[in-house]
Amino acid sequence: MRRDELIFRGGTGAIALLLIIVVVAIGVELARQSMLSIEHFGWRFWQTDVWNPVAGEFGARPFIWGTLYSSVLALLIAAPISLGIAIYISELCPAWLQRPLVFLTELLAAIPSIVYGLWGIFILVPFVRQLQIATPDWMRSIPLFSGPPLGVGMLSAGLILAIMVIPFSSSIAREVLRSVPQAQREGAYALGATRWEAIRMALFYARTGIVGAVMLGFGRALGETMAVTMVIGNNPQISLSLFAPQYTMAAVLANEFAEAAEDLYLHALVEIGLVLFVITLIVNVISRAFIWSMGRQRRPRASRAAAAVRVGA
Amino acid sequence: MRNQIRRFVSHAVVVLCGLSVLLALIPLALILFYVISQGVSSLSWAFFSEMPRPVGEAGGGMANSIAGTLIVVAVGALFAIPVGVVSGIYAAEYAGTRLAGSVRFAADTLNGVPSIVIGVFVYGIAVLPFRRFSALAGGLALGIMMIPLIMRTTEELLRLVPTTLKEGALALGATRGRAVFTVVLPAALPGIMTGILLALARIAGETAPLLFTSFNNRFFTTDVRQPVSTLTVQVFTYAISPYQDWHRQAWAGALVLVLIVFSCSLVARLATARMERLRRGA
Repeated sequence: MRRDELIFRGGTGAIALLLIIVVVAIGVELARQSMLSIEHFGWRFWQTDVWNPVAGEFGARPFIWGTLYSSVLALLIAAPISLGIAIYISELCPAWLQRPLVFLTELLAAIPSIVYGLWGIFILVPFVRQLQIATPDWMRSIPLFSGPPLGVGMLSAGLILAIMVIPFSSSIAREVLRSVPQAQREGAYALGATRWEAIRMALFYARTGIVGAVMLGFGRALGETMAVTMVIGNNPQISLSLFAPQYTMAAVLANEFAEAAEDLYLHALVEIGLVLFVITLIVNVISRAFIWSMGRQRRPRASRAAAAVRVGA
Repeated sequence: MRNQIRRFVSHAVVVLCGLSVLLALIPLALILFYVISQGVSSLSWAFFSEMPRPVGEAGGGMANSIAGTLIVVAVGALFAIPVGVVSGIYAAEYAGTRLAGSVRFAADTLNGVPSIVIGVFVYGIAVLPFRRFSALAGGLALGIMMIPLIMRTTEELLRLVPTTLKEGALALGATRGRAVFTVVLPAALPGIMTGILLALARIAGETAPLLFTSFNNRFFTTDVRQPVSTLTVQVFTYAISPYQDWHRQAWAGALVLVLIVFSCSLVARLATARMERLRRGA
């Protein structure tokens, strides 16, 4: 290799290496800054429910619960809708409507999280409160709907997360569906399939990619901070009720991190950040592997799906 | 009979899919409606020119927060753009190498890291050691979030440049570096600029990574070693406060944020549409 080529390759490579270093550094730094808490509490940290920093009690189980509950709730709402949107845009809608619809869903993705939160506090939460007040008594006796009608709580958080996740999941599912060979559909039609039966074939063909798209949305929901912080009520408790104010890992970081004066308190919070980092990392890697395996079947479309991941995420 | 059921199911699915589109557009319309209607009434020239007033005094603005957002985003862009573009060049030029694969993986991973976690990380490396919140730390957090976006855009766009261009330059005796920087990169530049614009717009709307890096500041400052107020953090502070007047300010801030983000995406969209037309015409 010529010298100048070596310099070019080495120079750009060294800078590219920075990305890897940053990712590793995040993991190392978070682990280092949470050492005190990890050593002091061990597994107990994730097995106890009382979070009272003033008294020196740090149990992080409510946060894991809140993060998982709100994200699963968002997923349950968002997955069918995202899939419906993806099917409508890629399979059903007239050609002239395609671009405007894509643009509108992209707008939904472009709205900053803090704006969702503001809208959530002042518009969504009062609406949810009305909904809770109107809930009939026999429903209130079910644990899922128990508790006073506060407005803030798990239901509001799940709804706002669902709205935020829909554009991501739907845009990736759309690209995945587009990578299904046209012959697949034509074959189905030739055999006399109805529209839905042809779409079902396409869905089956694209199943791994669609699971990946939904999971990527789940990963988003796990780490979403501002909007959730503003509507979930920030109460560290484990409750099955959709009406109960709860707390998430990201939200406790947003609220308490700047005020954590003692070392143990700070390390406890960083440990929550570390676990959040690891969970989202695993979810993302798995979902990207799904989407990627889908794209590999047809090369040219693969880069489109990758582009969607990039633009969407 | 069976065929009728099949046809009915098919129609039902079409309707359901159309409904889900509407279902997603309702919140979009509602959010835009409230941000515009609540924001416009509170937006005035004073919002851009005046400083925040203490509680109880009506009026005032967010001049310091607007300046702060510009500063923090500029600090982030200053190092994220070169790092992102150059690593994108590497990933496109040496696409098959193991390092390129790992870098791509790292970029996707970084992209998926929750923004609040980036904030915690930067707190550990840029706030704790100096015992001080600063605009620099905030910019560092935003920059880290920008790098993967810029890198992936650069890589995709460089790959779209016809290889004949580069081969021509190489045939004329240019070194690889020279061919990339003087021939290939300029050809892809409009697209890359668009990508950077989109990344800037997205990053300007971030709140979580700034909460404990650039923190907040009641005063106007251009000193990057000082904590600084930003639009997003200020909107958050005002939104969770109990004061009506501050809520109005928060809506105005949200409107400004949405305008920034939307105008950037619109410009980017128009630019890409123009480029596509040019490419098709050529």
